Amino acid sequence: MSKIFVDKKAYEVNPKQNLLEACLGHGLDLPYFCWHPAMGSVGACRQCAVKVYRDENDTRGRIVMACMTPITENMLVSIQDPEVKDFRAGIIEGLMMSHPHDCPVCDEGGECHLQDMTVMSGHNYRRYEFRKRTFRNQYLGPLLNHEMNRCIQCYRCTRFYNEYAGGKDFGPQVLRNLVYFGRAEDGVLENEFSGNLVEVCPTGVFTDKTLKQHYTRKWDLQMAPTVCAHCALGCNTTAGERYGTLRRIVNRYNSQVNGYFLCDRGRFGYEHVNSARRIRSARARRDGQLADIPKAEALDRFSSFAAAGKMIGIGSPRSSLEANFALRALVGPENFYAGISDAAHRLLGEMLAILRQGPAPASLLQIEHADAALVLGEDVTNVAPRMALTLRQTVRQVWLDKAEKMRIPRWQDHAVRELAQKDHGPLFVASPYATRLDDVATETHRAAPDDIARLGFAVAHILDSASPEVPGLPEPVRAQAERIAKALQEAARPAVVSGVSTGSVAVVRAAADVARALAKAGKPVAFALAMEEMNSLGLAMMEPKPLGEALEAARRGDAQTVVVLENDLYRRAPAETVDALIGAAAHVVVLDSLEGRTTEKAELLLPSTPFAEADGTVVSSEGRAQRFFRVYPPPGDIQDAWRWLADVLGLLTRPEGLSWKNLDDLVEAVARTFPALERIRDAAPRASFRIAGAKIPRQPHRYSGRTSMLANIAVSEPKPPEDPDSALSFTMEGAPVEPPAALQPFFWTGGWNSIQSVNKFQEEIAGPLRGGDAGVRLIEPAAGSAPGYLNTVPAAFTPRSAEWLVVARHHIFGSEELSANAPAIAELSPKPYVALGAEDAASLGAAEGAAVEVKLEGGSARLPLRIESGLPRGVAALPAGLGPLDGITLPIWGRIELTR
Amino acid sequence: MWSVLRSLWLVLMHMFKPRFTVQYPDEKPYLAPRYRGRIILSRDPDGEERCVACHLCAIACPVDCISLQATEDEHGRRYPEWFRINFSRCIFCGLCEEACPTYAIQLTPDIEMGEYNRQNLVYEKENLLISGTGKYPGYNFWRVAGVKIKDKDKGEAEREAPPADLHTLMP
Ligand code: SF4
Ligand code: SF4
Ligand code: SF4
Ligand code: SF4
Ligand code: FES
Repeated sequence: MSKIFVDKKAYEVNPKQNLLEACLGHGLDLPYFCWHPAMGSVGACRQCAVKVYRDENDTRGRIVMACMTPITENMLVSIQDPEVKDFRAGIIEGLMMSHPHDCPVCDEGGECHLQDMTVMSGHNYRRYEFRKRTFRNQYLGPLLNHEMNRCIQCYRCTRFYNEYAGGKDFGPQVLRNLVYFGRAEDGVLENEFSGNLVEVCPTGVFTDKTLKQHYTRKWDLQMAPTVCAHCALGCNTTAGERYGTLRRIVNRYNSQVNGYFLCDRGRFGYEHVNSARRIRSARARRDGQLADIPKAEALDRFSSFAAAGKMIGIGSPRSSLEANFALRALVGPENFYAGISDAAHRLLGEMLAILRQGPAPASLLQIEHADAALVLGEDVTNVAPRMALTLRQTVRQVWLDKAEKMRIPRWQDHAVRELAQKDHGPLFVASPYATRLDDVATETHRAAPDDIARLGFAVAHILDSASPEVPGLPEPVRAQAERIAKALQEAARPAVVSGVSTGSVAVVRAAADVARALAKAGKPVAFALAMEEMNSLGLAMMEPKPLGEALEAARRGDAQTVVVLENDLYRRAPAETVDALIGAAAHVVVLDSLEGRTTEKAELLLPSTPFAEADGTVVSSEGRAQRFFRVYPPPGDIQDAWRWLADVLGLLTRPEGLSWKNLDDLVEAVARTFPALERIRDAAPRASFRIAGAKIPRQPHRYSGRTSMLANIAVSEPKPPEDPDSALSFTMEGAPVEPPAALQPFFWTGGWNSIQSVNKFQEEIAGPLRGGDAGVRLIEPAAGSAPGYLNTVPAAFTPRSAEWLVVARHHIFGSEELSANAPAIAELSPKPYVALGAEDAASLGAAEGAAVEVKLEGGSARLPLRIESGLPRGVAALPAGLGPLDGITLPIWGRIELTR
Repeated sequence: MWSVLRSLWLVLMHMFKPRFTVQYPDEKPYLAPRYRGRIILSRDPDGEERCVACHLCAIACPVDCISLQATEDEHGRRYPEWFRINFSRCIFCGLCEEACPTYAIQLTPDIEMGEYNRQNLVYEKENLLISGTGKYPGYNFWRVAGVKIKDKDKGEAEREAPPADLHTLMP
């Protein structure tokens, strides 16, 4: 720690930070534009000027850019000096010269960093009377709106999009005061992280196009802390509602998880909550049709089924621990089945076992700091998107380390980039098909899943000869394994990433062996396994039985009633299997929020809550238990699945049903039942938590329209709804102090209306939130225990004649069930296809787009052919989770024929 | 005794003073154009709705009696899909008018809004929108703003240069 003096007051600061970060970290108001806590400084905007003085006798001082100034011991700084204040006012006046008169119709208004900084710098009157420069806008796709007139040329967008996220189709153009930020021509932005421009751009150039469809200012949104529902990484988000519909998602900072950024699926997938396909009341089958019934009748029917005979429950990886647990309690542990395919179940079980033995699952922050990485068989961008953005930063670590040795601070962004030139640190990607990380990969390896596993085992064997040898490895592969092993060995903090993409247990085991070999060599290895759904790991930790056994139970007549929890079984198993299961049961109860193939089969359908209307706890692929909170009370008879199930238990006068009054009671029950989940209690404060006797308001202090928004229904305002399940309230009254991170409904402080206000909530800039980041890690293997190797090297892959190994290819837009119901995401989703390598397509005599017949065990379909040059011979790919064959678990051998 | 007589005398003399109380409603008082009475939404000189649904009046309102929902026409012009004022809550402070960047919302010298049923004091856009410009003729926000709308392209607002040519290489 160093000591500096700002306007004659002493502050303890971290000497590795720059002066701007040090000042902001102490809550001092210093305006800035181009510096970004995750992207460092470039000194482009000149807004963060301060004065520094040589010594006590120096009365004039000199103006420097705080973001470009390293900390020195006992440094004398002034932010308030009149000369430097004038300088800053002059800079902003210049930036505002051509700024359009748009605030009233600008979506950034009210949470605009430019507005905040303009007010902070004291520029409040336009003196420039001449003509303003104008630009034409571009169409950038369904996610982002472009309004270039508002640009202040801070270069943050291109630094994020091109340099940080690796986008290629965007950048600065033209020169002098005409610098333009856009694409070469109109078109959808290709990068999967483009949505972050909404928050990165300090102005209203890039705004959320989905928000625009139902625009509301930040001050009018009722907001709550929630967790992204669209993959297993558990990025922290803030969701905002107005008039009963969900309006948008923004990032909620968590230094260990998502940091400052989200992926586009997470940011724009929320609109399934507003879908016309929402189930809004209980329904029961009458004369073959589902018809609305009152809640009480639904509960009566449900409890009568329980009396009628044996009940089995099918859980879900997209439901909270509490919902799954309530179902398990209703049907009994021996009748509680995993709502995923048996293969996925086995793979998930294997991953959980591996993580429990170690190395422990790494946080995204830990992965980001890795200086060499091996991605084994995982299509990270399409399965766990945010992790791809993290992995992209690993290739810079070597150079950041080198820069530090050369006494260039890490935040000196362009100096570090100049030093590195085009050179990247080691990143190896092995995958059956091209991935979106290939452009920064040192080397890629295209092979069938088994061969990828063999490469992994070979690397592990080179790292540690105690791990099994891979027989019959071709020389080029062996040489590549050598190079990978060498890079990982030389790294100070290597990372190994794998996951569910290939659906192969062998690949995951190989990755684990590599990570274990590195750990044995004493390396702090960052090991991560990508999983698909919000609570995949949490479901696995509840030890459900495999789905296949549910079918057997039904066949035996051991399942008079099947209760399906928030799950479309037709995505989990071939249609025949699901039909057989449903056909064998006398009663089928489905709880879900959206209509789907499974809800159509229900005899009794209960409306449950999508994430924005639900409370619960989920376990991320990092093993982090995180609580999410409802943004607004679910309308009508809709209620949390756990509440429906608790109500039924209550009607059946079962002890659980009588004792479960709110979420905390369920959390407690889960924690007591599963030792591994004991710590979920600490994921967030209990519902009884109060600050100065008050709950934490979900509505900002500026929330408007309270006496008018419902006046069309009744002029007397109703009492605000109660929230028995959390310490958050559905009002704007409450403690005006900072809540614990897990309960932080939004980031906003005086003078800082935009999301940049997160600076004021951190222990230090880019550090954890004050009081610790949200969530608790559940999986921490005992230190010092060295797990053994997994010793399961598969045989080399041999292509078959006239048969292909059909693997799954995930798509960030389209493969995930919920977000696929959001119109903007659906627009970006690919159409069903089957992909073959160029040689295989040629041998089939089929051209791109040709109709081919795909025949798999469990179903066949006619699909257009897509030629993917990288696919190895004998391997075909089908899009995961979309298209007519989405219920078939891949990989699987199948036939592909040209249809004449 | 003397003081009682004096008071009686003064009261008696008051009967001959001019009266301030007027016989409302038979006789109407003069209310200045800037009097803060019933709120209206005005139109711009082109006869289009002035309100751009910026929510500033709503946030300025100390009793929170204004609510609205923004929407846009197919050319990108923003306007309120619906706009509601609950006059049973309004305190006629005029802060909404002060906050409005487009002169859309204005208080008028009409004070005759009494209702027997409180529910009837809830005014929707149909009840608020008038056909003229109200107190502020002339101003049209969209002619100043940089956003493109129907019949006003980029560079066609007041004091705007034509859109930049992105292919120029002139320094
Ligand atoms: S970018 Fe900010 S300052 Fe500019 S018009 Fe939008 S809200 Fe106003
Ligand atoms: S578009 Fe936004 S981020 Fe990019 S330079 Fe302009 S103001 Fe900065
Ligand atoms: S990476 Fe996953 S958790 Fe994070 S925002 Fe994207 S979909 Fe959501
Ligand atoms: S302040 Fe004016 S323009 Fe804005 S919403 Fe209110 S009436 Fe409309
Ligand atoms: S923030 Fe320091 S120059 Fe831009």
